[in-house]
Amino acid sequence: MSDCGDSDAGWIFYKDRPDWNDIKPVPEDDGITPVVVIAHSEKFEDVYDYFRAILQKDEKSQRALELTKDAVELNSANYTVWQYRRELLKELGTDLRSELDYVESVIKISPKNYQVWHHRRVLVEWLQDPSQELDLTAEALLHDPKNYHAWQHRQWAIKSFRLYDKEIEFVDSLLSDDVRNNSAWNQRYFVHNNHTGWSDMNVQREICYTLEKIKFVKNNESAWNYLRGILLHDKRGINGNGVVTAFCEELYKNRCRSPFLLAFIIDVCEEAIKKNETNGFHNVERAKELCTALATKYDKIREKYWMYLRDRFEMYVCVNGENSQ
Amino acid sequence: MSFKTKDVVLSQTRPTTLLLQKHADYLASYGLNKDDFEYCMTEYLRMSGIYWSLTAMELMDQSSRMPKDDIIEFISLCQDSESGGISASNGHDPHMLYTLSAVQVLAMYDRSDAINIDGVVKFVVSLQQDDGSFFGDKWGEVDTRFSFCAVMTLSLLHRLDAINVNRAVDFVLSCMNFDGGFGSKPGSESHAGLIYCCVGTLSICKRMDALKVDELAWWLCERQLPSGGLNGRPEKLPDLCYSWWVMASLSMLNRIHWVDQEKLEQYILACQDSETGGFSDRPGDITDPFHTLFGLAGLSLLGNSSIKQVNPTYCMPQETIDRLRLEPQILLI
Ligand SMILES: [Zn+2]
Repeated sequence: MSDCGDSDAGWIFYKDRPDWNDIKPVPEDDGITPVVVIAHSEKFEDVYDYFRAILQKDEKSQRALELTKDAVELNSANYTVWQYRRELLKELGTDLRSELDYVESVIKISPKNYQVWHHRRVLVEWLQDPSQELDLTAEALLHDPKNYHAWQHRQWAIKSFRLYDKEIEFVDSLLSDDVRNNSAWNQRYFVHNNHTGWSDMNVQREICYTLEKIKFVKNNESAWNYLRGILLHDKRGINGNGVVTAFCEELYKNRCRSPFLLAFIIDVCEEAIKKNETNGFHNVERAKELCTALATKYDKIREKYWMYLRDRFEMYVCVNGENSQ
Repeated sequence: MSFKTKDVVLSQTRPTTLLLQKHADYLASYGLNKDDFEYCMTEYLRMSGIYWSLTAMELMDQSSRMPKDDIIEFISLCQDSESGGISASNGHDPHMLYTLSAVQVLAMYDRSDAINIDGVVKFVVSLQQDDGSFFGDKWGEVDTRFSFCAVMTLSLLHRLDAINVNRAVDFVLSCMNFDGGFGSKPGSESHAGLIYCCVGTLSICKRMDALKVDELAWWLCERQLPSGGLNGRPEKLPDLCYSWWVMASLSMLNRIHWVDQEKLEQYILACQDSETGGFSDRPGDITDPFHTLFGLAGLSLLGNSSIKQVNPTYCMPQETIDRLRLEPQILLI
């Protein structure tokens, strides 16, 4: 049923189908007294009245399987329809390969629906065959690179069936399309964290990669967050990596005032203060100055947050002052 | 340097005051119009629909306009005698989401006696896995949303001790990301709705100490866009329901004052439809009960005095939470 206009013209109501005349339709009964009863959509009502009837009878038949298709088409978010469909598939021993094709076609129409993706996952588990999942999710992500359902499904398949090999390439291609794609950055972390690991060399390589991307677009929340995430695995911490701090100071010197850069330098200052490693660039005064700049000029909408941080640095001064006495 | 931001622009003619009575009228007619195509389309989530509408009406102090007896009878009908779980509508399969909605509605009505409480407890317990996570139903989808549903449901029934709380907390913490946020499963991207579920779980289990508070709160503040609205992930458009999830999380973290509350209020008010009543996801879109609840609840968190106080963890009137003597944790700064 691709063109709804044409296909609806040839539609025969279940109540008019001879092969269904043994079934008595069951209207919705939710106990709430109706105020007005007028037919909303005759087709919808017809299909679901018959669906309720077979559910009540617990009929496991081919015609029931066909009926669930019509029910899904009218509302693919109805979880009971999908559950019943799975029970039918099991009971009838239906060819699960054709079911994979079917659910793929539904995913294409409703890519943001929990039920369809869950159905897909159950099928892949039953078949123990993940060979189509990377292509399927890549296709969905082509249309919506941040589709949470598609990413979840992809991560599940990769983790369950160890499909890590080409994932970084895939992430690369998404990031070259849109360097601000937070989902892709998250996926990058996922691959390293679960597969590649955080060897020193890998950490340094990731840092270089990220700095390159930041050089390209400075005001990119996702890349800066990723940089922090990577530095969690650098023994020298957020303030100890000379490449990173030099990079930041270079940007600053070249008049970049992206709030993310300033926020990052503040974090570097904070860690330097905590570790007693302050220097001319990273110290309480600099941190306070940056907080003020963010609050009053570069990120005014979060003024309260930056002033809170500024006050906290004020307190470091007090504490340090007491310590030194 | 490019500063492009995905956002909306609020129009000059947007609503700037709260149209309370319009919203109450909208909800009073919405739930019961069986001639409404929407009514038939939403059967699969009716139980949640009732929770959204009733909570919104409670917050506006007009819940007497809802058909209380019918609703309670409907909920009894939706409990599955075998599993003990509750479904979205009569004849549907029981699910964690609708079990929670039903329990929330009965809590507001102070009528938990209308269902078999032991059955609900049995259902929730049966869905906990070895790693502490929860399935949503027997088909085995794991999601931090369901962890939140589980602890919320049980705490409202004063039966939190029936599950392994430590493991439930451990699972949620295993979903914490490098940016301090949370996703649906370990490794899934941080997402404001799921952060709300995870922070809420820790609030109910009184384990907020395990959060990376400042990192998380900053991530949440970053969700505010120049329009004042909040998005759910970086580079996404603002949305009223995400605004609620971010605000409620910040409230549990006791840091809601970190966002620009004045601008946020303007955004929320702009999402009202002055003709039909109700709130939508973004200014000018079609309204629905879901966004209407989160619009009202959001304004309540911002201190609007014509709306009752909402509890940020439960998204229910504070008076209900007080009556049940529940004390979800709120961080001290
Ligand atoms: Zn929304």
